[in-house]
Amino acid sequence: MGGPFATAFSLIASGDPALMQIIGLSLRVTLTAVLMACAVGLPLGAALALARFPGRGAVIVVFNALMGLPPVVAGLIVYLMLSRSGPFGSLALLFTPTAMIIAQTLLILPIVISLTRSVVEDLWAEYREQLLSLGAGRLRAVPTLLWDGRVSLLTGVLAGFGRASAEVGAVLIVGGNIAGHTRTMTTAITLETARGQLGLAVALGIILLTLTLTLNAIAWGAGQWARGRLG
Amino acid sequence: MKIARDIAPPILPLSLEDMGYAVGGKTLLSGITLRIEAGQRLVVMGANGAGKSLFLRLCHGLIDPTQGRRRWASDEARAEAQAMVFQRPVLLRRSVAANLDYPLALKGLPRAARRETVARTLDRFGLNDLAERPARLLSGGEQQRLALARAWAMRPQVLFLDEPSSALDPSATRIIEEMVAQFSDEGITIVMTTHDLGQARRLAAQVAFLHRGRLIEHRPAAEFFAGPEAAEARAFLAGDLIW
Amino acid sequence: MTHARRFILSAASGLALIAALPATAQDFITVASTTSTENSGLFGHILPMFQEETGIEVRVVSQGTGQALETGRRGDADVVFVHARAQEEQFVADGYGVQRFDVMYNDFVIVGPGDDPAEVRMAADATAAMTAIAVAEAAFASRGDDSGTHVAEANLWAAAGVAPAGRWYLSTGSGMGATLNTAAQVPAYALTDRGTWLSFENRGDLEIVFEGDPVLFNPYGIILVNPERHAHVKAEQGQAFIDWVTSDEGQAAIADFTVGGEQLFFPSAA
Repeated sequence: MGGPFATAFSLIASGDPALMQIIGLSLRVTLTAVLMACAVGLPLGAALALARFPGRGAVIVVFNALMGLPPVVAGLIVYLMLSRSGPFGSLALLFTPTAMIIAQTLLILPIVISLTRSVVEDLWAEYREQLLSLGAGRLRAVPTLLWDGRVSLLTGVLAGFGRASAEVGAVLIVGGNIAGHTRTMTTAITLETARGQLGLAVALGIILLTLTLTLNAIAWGAGQWARGRLG
Repeated sequence: MKIARDIAPPILPLSLEDMGYAVGGKTLLSGITLRIEAGQRLVVMGANGAGKSLFLRLCHGLIDPTQGRRRWASDEARAEAQAMVFQRPVLLRRSVAANLDYPLALKGLPRAARRETVARTLDRFGLNDLAERPARLLSGGEQQRLALARAWAMRPQVLFLDEPSSALDPSATRIIEEMVAQFSDEGITIVMTTHDLGQARRLAAQVAFLHRGRLIEHRPAAEFFAGPEAAEARAFLAGDLIW
Repeated sequence: MTHARRFILSAASGLALIAALPATAQDFITVASTTSTENSGLFGHILPMFQEETGIEVRVVSQGTGQALETGRRGDADVVFVHARAQEEQFVADGYGVQRFDVMYNDFVIVGPGDDPAEVRMAADATAAMTAIAVAEAAFASRGDDSGTHVAEANLWAAAGVAPAGRWYLSTGSGMGATLNTAAQVPAYALTDRGTWLSFENRGDLEIVFEGDPVLFNPYGIILVNPERHAHVKAEQGQAFIDWVTSDEGQAAIADFTVGGEQLFFPSAA
């Protein structure tokens, strides 16, 4: 396996602009999708943890199941929505990075919602009486519980990041793997595999893995620090 | 501090009229009729499972009675005029100062007033050195001290305490008892539960004795400890196991 | 509260990131093409020349021929550039495309294990080669994805009077490269365009075992998606690309493109 590692290293060392562009795009698409999913999923998951309404159980089951949504299906749905023949065709978003962000947001959202619900539900069981006593209603409790659950929630956000950065099915369909425009690490790996350039494909895989590893290490370190610091 | 409390409309006395609570067809508390007057120091006693904690939660309004009535003298601002300290206080995962600030922000106090109250509270309870420490990393005694300080900072007219020192060692317990006594001296009405007879003797001005979900005795503490009327209460004081 | 503010900030920065995506270049067209052309590297060779000359950026979405035509039908591309003549003509006849132009051709070859268990090398023509594989029940990896290559393969089976089925017939349902990867592993015979084969590196034991029959020629056509059906189609720029590809200059650029010293595509514009 010296070959692919050497290739990976020389690829990075060369600072090849096309590669840097691909890495940059991958990170931008996935991180933006994670941010969007958090902006929507954290409050929604917390609301789902605290709210009581008929059909709540069904909603929870659906979101849990959607965590296993195949990326290709998510991609296909977004593709049909954004296609010129679809309802949002006039936005001309198909085959753009924005379309990829939307598809990945859709993929991560169920993970963020389900994990948030579970974390916040547990916290609420512990905090409910105290918060009510201090004068916080359910609505007001949401940001408090999210903030107090932040270390556990980080795990869910990381899981979402992992899913988005690893998937190829959705971004391939809605992005089109256009060179220099919508080509990401994973679609580039798919392309190089199809070209029989297995060495290059593995090298790209090593780079992707290294990036993921680095981000996870940073997040884990931050979590450990916060745990020690905040109890 | 006393001034601010006095401006708010008095919510006491609290009248409980034939109050009861049942869940799932099981009656846990029934027929409680009791008046809690301003300035009282009422200790609720009884064996485990007698309904002491439930009684406090019903009074505080965390749950509503399923029968009878719970009536405050003034319904206005009654939520803001009470506070409760739990057996195991829930402190937020933030600093000691931020924990004191939290309920004040909920009340909508302006930032400057909050800062001043937090500073005064830290000072009053000797928490200055701990102000920036994460509250969750304090010792059990310090945590309960902070919970009491937080309740005090809310300027309640009545403070409910549910077994506030049952998980603490004797020296921490003594500090908590001193704080409760001081609060009472400042005019805060105290309603607390304990299963610790010594603590009850030290703190109670009035005693309410619960047995199997019913209030079977309610008298001034001196009379109660001199010789309760109910056989169950006599047995309890004698240290017999009752249920 | 500080945490509430943090949420708003993170949401806002997410939106800002999206807003910061580079403004879509005005002068670009989207071309739906086949994986074989993209994988061979042809576009990397000719598109910079076209962009230099006209300032028009060409964004190539490479798909199977069936999917590329569907992309055109839905109006998600301005131009389709594929190789499945009958389907292309249908595409135009149905009103989705304006007109089909010949661009170039390459040819299909049959690759297989070097020891050639079905003795395909001895076959007189492509039909005989396919018959030999079916009779020997030698493993054959098919695209099975409605691509131009798959359609060509189906035509060959039909000409040989064989309905391929059984354990020896492996329908991969994937692109040319993935199918060749499978064929190299089994090992199995496969029909592939020469371009993909020449630039394909993971050959294993595979070799070309049959080539040269004129029925294996693989013509590429280029079609402007009909602006009457999809008003947003960039007809002017799309036509400019078609004109350039079929011009002397474009044709020369195609003929210039080699992999390992071999020419892959042969100009055929009228």
